Amino acid sequence: MKITLKVWRQAEGEAQGSMETYQLDSVAEEMSFLEMLDMLNEQLTAQDIEPVAFDSDCREGICGMCGIVINGSPHGRYESPVPTTTCQLHMRNFHDGDVVEIEPWRAGAFPVIKDLVVDRTALDRIVAAGGYISVNTGSAPEAHSTPAPKLQADRAFDAATCIGCGACVAACPNGSGMLFTSAKVTHLANLPQGQPERRRRVKAMIAAHDANGFGGCQNIGECASVCPKQIPLESIAQLNRDLIASLFRADGKSA
Amino acid sequence: MASTTLSVHQKALRSTVVKKAVMAVTGLVLIAFLLMHMFGNLKIFIGPEAYNDYAEFLKQDLLAPILPHGWFIWIFRAVLLVCLVLHVYCAIVLWLASVEGRGKTKYVRKNRKEQTISSRVMRWGGITLFLLLVFHIMMFTTGTITPGWSGGLIEPYDMFMGAFSNWWVVLIYVVFMVVVCMHVRHGFWSAFTTLGANVGAQARVVLNVLAYFAAALLLVGFLLPPVAVLFGMVN
Amino acid sequence: MAATVKNSKTTTEAPVQASTTDPALGYYTPGTDIHDTKAPAGPIDKKWAQRQFTAKLVNPANRRKLTVIVVGTGLAGGAAAATLGEAGYNVLNFCYQDSPRRAHSIAAQGGINAAKNYRNDNDSVYRLFYDTVKGGDYRARETNVYRLAEVSPNIIDQCVAQGVPFAREYGGLLDTRSFGGVQVQRTFYARGQTGQQLLIGAYQALERQVNAGTVTMHTRHEMVELIVHDNRARGIVTRDMVSGKVESWYADAVVLATGGYGNVFFLSTNAMGCNVTATWRAHRKGAYFANPCFTQIHPTCIPVHGETQSKLTLMSESLRNDGRIWVPKKAEDCTKDPRQIPEADRDYYLERIYPAFGNLVPRDIASRQAKNMCDEGRGVGPLVTEVTQDGTKQQRRRGVYLDFSDAIERLGRKAVSDKYGNLFDMYEQITGENPYETPMRIYPAVHYTMGGLWVDYDLESSIPGLYVCGEANFSDHGANRLGASALMQGLADGYFVLPNTINDYLAAGPFEKVDDNTPEAAEALASASERINRLLDIKGSRSVDSFHKELGSIMWEYCGMERTEEGLQIAIKKIRALRESYWKDVKVTGVNEDFNQALERAGRVADFMELAELMCVDALHRRESCGGHFRRESQTEDGEALRHDDEYAYVAAWEFTGDGQKPILHKEPLEYEFIELKQRSYK
Repeated sequence: MKITLKVWRQAEGEAQGSMETYQLDSVAEEMSFLEMLDMLNEQLTAQDIEPVAFDSDCREGICGMCGIVINGSPHGRYESPVPTTTCQLHMRNFHDGDVVEIEPWRAGAFPVIKDLVVDRTALDRIVAAGGYISVNTGSAPEAHSTPAPKLQADRAFDAATCIGCGACVAACPNGSGMLFTSAKVTHLANLPQGQPERRRRVKAMIAAHDANGFGGCQNIGECASVCPKQIPLESIAQLNRDLIASLFRADGKSA
Repeated sequence: MASTTLSVHQKALRSTVVKKAVMAVTGLVLIAFLLMHMFGNLKIFIGPEAYNDYAEFLKQDLLAPILPHGWFIWIFRAVLLVCLVLHVYCAIVLWLASVEGRGKTKYVRKNRKEQTISSRVMRWGGITLFLLLVFHIMMFTTGTITPGWSGGLIEPYDMFMGAFSNWWVVLIYVVFMVVVCMHVRHGFWSAFTTLGANVGAQARVVLNVLAYFAAALLLVGFLLPPVAVLFGMVN
Repeated sequence: MAATVKNSKTTTEAPVQASTTDPALGYYTPGTDIHDTKAPAGPIDKKWAQRQFTAKLVNPANRRKLTVIVVGTGLAGGAAAATLGEAGYNVLNFCYQDSPRRAHSIAAQGGINAAKNYRNDNDSVYRLFYDTVKGGDYRARETNVYRLAEVSPNIIDQCVAQGVPFAREYGGLLDTRSFGGVQVQRTFYARGQTGQQLLIGAYQALERQVNAGTVTMHTRHEMVELIVHDNRARGIVTRDMVSGKVESWYADAVVLATGGYGNVFFLSTNAMGCNVTATWRAHRKGAYFANPCFTQIHPTCIPVHGETQSKLTLMSESLRNDGRIWVPKKAEDCTKDPRQIPEADRDYYLERIYPAFGNLVPRDIASRQAKNMCDEGRGVGPLVTEVTQDGTKQQRRRGVYLDFSDAIERLGRKAVSDKYGNLFDMYEQITGENPYETPMRIYPAVHYTMGGLWVDYDLESSIPGLYVCGEANFSDHGANRLGASALMQGLADGYFVLPNTINDYLAAGPFEKVDDNTPEAAEALASASERINRLLDIKGSRSVDSFHKELGSIMWEYCGMERTEEGLQIAIKKIRALRESYWKDVKVTGVNEDFNQALERAGRVADFMELAELMCVDALHRRESCGGHFRRESQTEDGEALRHDDEYAYVAAWEFTGDGQKPILHKEPLEYEFIELKQRSYK
């Protein structure tokens, strides 16, 4: 099939870019979206045009490296019948003659590096602020010394499936990273091992979230809707509960 | 104070989540006030005496003799004012954070499926609300604008009847109430979620249903009296 | 008791069918044997404790004066960097992705083995040790494997403490399952995302150290050269993938945890960025490369859809428990709707050839037979263009059916969905076909590389101060890796082994200061830049990917599931020609001082081109079949892999001698003191 692509091109170090139009004539429906972009890049290389820069790594929907806004939705969520990452979106969801618009994640916290590639290290900084359980290697107790109630462990797991792709931020009208942050908070808050640091963790992570240029949450719900791993919106409510409750405790006052 | 010297606790106290919580609490207080206000307005259907007595009672007698006569209304106004100021202050700060969060470049194409119109007009809606509120106070509280009666503050019932016998005042209030209703629609759900009540998919449905209910109640409850006055169904 | 290599009884059965003179001799130079592996003498269960005791220590107060470079942030690298940071060393950690959480360990699905014996089913450290050596077809080093099994329970403890949400039973305790044909239930898992959850655990530990200031993280940095000074690994050269800046980093020791090299085949289940550059550059600087030809091919992957395929996706092997594998008996049926092919015209070939094990034969047999069926022209699915051994192009269907209709009839659709629902969904998302209605199509794909840089018991390579962890080293899996053991090895190396051995080396530090003026450092930096510029200056006519695809098809054809003496020699010739053409005709657009993905790939493919030849030489010289290495000339009458323990019970450690020069083969004899060598049979 023939596909017309409108791709955001932005040179490295430039503050602005623009949409460029390219034509692909023999796109197969079995191809993944990123294979279609590979094809575009082969074509551009042959024409001595610099290929379109885009991130991808595992191409099986788990590493979180890929992320493109396709026809206005992150990962092309609304082009696909099921929640998906960009790499797992396939061309059979498109039709001959379609015009497909491709843009990078746009958020204050994710500056564009080049074309469709953005800098998402702000997400790492949120985790670094406290998104962990402090246990040095070698000091762990026997695994069965602390049973974890299954229902809570399952909730923890649901939140822990976050792949850190940043689609939630890209979809948010406020550029908020609250779904990402709350996924980690919810993961660790629902495990017995996460309890000792629970109050300080949520305070530190929110502080880092705000300091890294993310906006506040308005409970609109775009984030959860585009999330490839279906992190539920109630994670944010869990974060809010934990944070508000922790404000009445001294954790984090001294450091 | 430079932000680097703040403790984690202090930073958390200044966070967007706390500002949202402040907005949630103050917003819910304001919704409670609206419900009460709406309930009072409905007394217009009973008659001038009931309406004026109720207004007088609010001003002079509520909580008396615990409080001296006339004090309650000022405490009440002070609380509302504080709520409003905090609500607006947090909204402005969060709006600025949001502008930063969105970044400078806009999407060429947006496709958003979850957002409701009411969720997307909270801020502009809020500004509209504020302007209409000023108009409302200038009319019924200070007596600066007096459509339908001649000058100053008169009996509440007469002001009500006078004002809403003008079609354009009713029209302004229809706009006012539609905006209120939308603001409450998203605000109600958002406030409870911010305070942590969205504990699961079911809670989300319940909160949203309640939000629609509260918004519809306010819309109908507030618009019934002016419309009735305009069409001469109250006398 | 011990059966040593010499008195093994398994080597006399079938005659070697290959030519009597070893043609591989034309491609390498025999070198000296390797014996000292630093494993202490004594009973196998005391060796690790002994080594921990004899290793020299570094005073905690001195650790921050010692810098360690860790390249890679997967299970091995992330765990090592975090643990060394906790110990107080000054750690510099590098990865090519935008975040350490993206390393390809994340894609592992099945689980992680540990000898906890929570099931009371006769499991033990010794049994895990035994299974791993046996599963590796007796080409792994006993001492390392035993230690791996020994520390495995600690991994589970550590991960649980970190908050890894392993599957639990209702009582709140950990659930386990059996995996990969093992008879004990020792595999811990986190739904189908065990690798992800373990990696996130290591990532969180790493970020904690980043926050503490002990680890400095450099993302989007690719290692392009190793700096060796005074016969010690003293640093690396990286290219900043955003700015293009090529710069040097210095340290007292260097740890490589850069994963496997499956992408030499272009199509594999590896991530797009997985590459051999870090280990290959180290190899060129003197680190031996061990057993490069040992690659694992996984039978249940989603087949290639066409020429634009960029990578392959694996589906859990558990599918073979209930699915039946077949191809049409008649080639003309291959284009038919499989549901229209009557039972009598279907060939359930695994059930036919291996009645005892049927569809559950080991990975390599299942893979090879699928290839045989497709070679016979009975494959199904889309036609894929291939280059044959004589250079002509042919079109073949590369897929076999994995059919669940019997299972659905027997168990009901719901039971099948409960067991395999997520895999069916994944299959449907990728292929657009509904496996409840029509049989799945599967085909083998390259999945894991057992080979890697040679390391001793301490995980130190042949360059002092250069340590290698995880899939990047060769140490624990022999010729074949068991399911759920890759995660175990990565974390064992990173959390428990390396942090207890590297101190023995660092105790002599800090070493003499090295900086940009040190001749070897200046040379490394200059050669790295020179190589980048050379690639950019070629300005040829073919894209990097087109070369990579061609290399991949050569490797898949000649050095894939089945290797022959003749084919490997053809492959070496073709690789050499392709490499020459590459350096004359590759087209790399853009400039170095930019985010330039074409340039990144160009450097990686250049190294794959060199590795590919060594893999073929290794495969050619090893005239036996073992594990993931199947030589057509060395099989039993039943078509089973046939080892030759008298000749090949050694690790082949290759030394680089220069471009265009023959590599030197060092043999490390494998002494089996505790486990008896046996030939396997699945008939």
